[in-house]
Amino acid sequence: MKEIGLHIMDIVQNSIRAGAGEITVTLNESVTDDTLILTVADNGKGMDEETLRKATDPWFTSRTTRKVGLGLPLLQMNASLSGGGVTIDSSPGTGTTVTASFRYTHVDRPPLGDVSGTIALMILSNPSINIVYSHICEGTVWSISTSEIKEALGEEAVTDLTIVRQIREIINENVAEIRNFQPGYDKY
Amino acid sequence: MEKLKSLADLKRIREEAKVKLELRVRGDNPEGLVQVKVAMATCGIASGAKPIMDFFVDELDKRGIGAVVTQTGCMGYCYAEPTVEVQLPGQEPVVFGYVDRKKADEIIEKYIKNGELVEGIIPVNYEKID
Repeated sequence: MKEIGLHIMDIVQNSIRAGAGEITVTLNESVTDDTLILTVADNGKGMDEETLRKATDPWFTSRTTRKVGLGLPLLQMNASLSGGGVTIDSSPGTGTTVTASFRYTHVDRPPLGDVSGTIALMILSNPSINIVYSHICEGTVWSISTSEIKEALGEEAVTDLTIVRQIREIINENVAEIRNFQPGYDKY
Repeated sequence: MEKLKSLADLKRIREEAKVKLELRVRGDNPEGLVQVKVAMATCGIASGAKPIMDFFVDELDKRGIGAVVTQTGCMGYCYAEPTVEVQLPGQEPVVFGYVDRKKADEIIEKYIKNGELVEGIIPVNYEKID
């Protein structure tokens, strides 16, 4: 994966397959601390200890359509290459939280990419799951969620292509705003 | 166009231009819509499925075609990603492989608009691994 946004798209698919009703994606960037932390937390069926141990093994997958499962291994690879790592907390019946950390200024850290587009597509594709996205930059938080959109614009809003394109724009504008007033952010 | 900054802005704009509100009716009748499903597992994403899904969302909306665009998982055609499943109302779904923007445009213009088959269909009886 060449962008953090694509990793988000990929890891969230695991949560969807785990039957999650709510998926919380948080991207926390701080040049001051030199960290970028991605968290994907879901309330899906979770994993037992054995599955959890195998989760980052590329030769393990819960699918039957193919024999490899590369989502978490690829995330782990990119995180390790940029001086960070991946931790997974999970228990059956409660859900799973995947945390990937990166050194912000590491030359091998993938760029954020089109995170707003990714979130918009996830909201569009999973109308019955509450997707909550929070973007934190040096402590300033901005969030949006499926339930918030439904409340403002109606249940059907999240499957409307025009609305979803506008949602993408809203995410873009707001994230750009909280990133903008931080000197030096344009470098990354 | 003024910049959209919040859901409240979006709500106001949509209320000012009520023209598009009839789109909501679509939700009551999903069978009458074209269904586009982009395979979005690791294999698909790594092969560029996300920009292809963006393309379908943008272009179907701009060209005024009522469609439901969603994601699926891996269907076992990893070699042919990005793959896109298209189901026209009342018809069997068809899976297209190696979809790039040019192919996506062709799928919209020929298959979705006119029902003409285009090259690149993956036969349904193709054998999956166990």
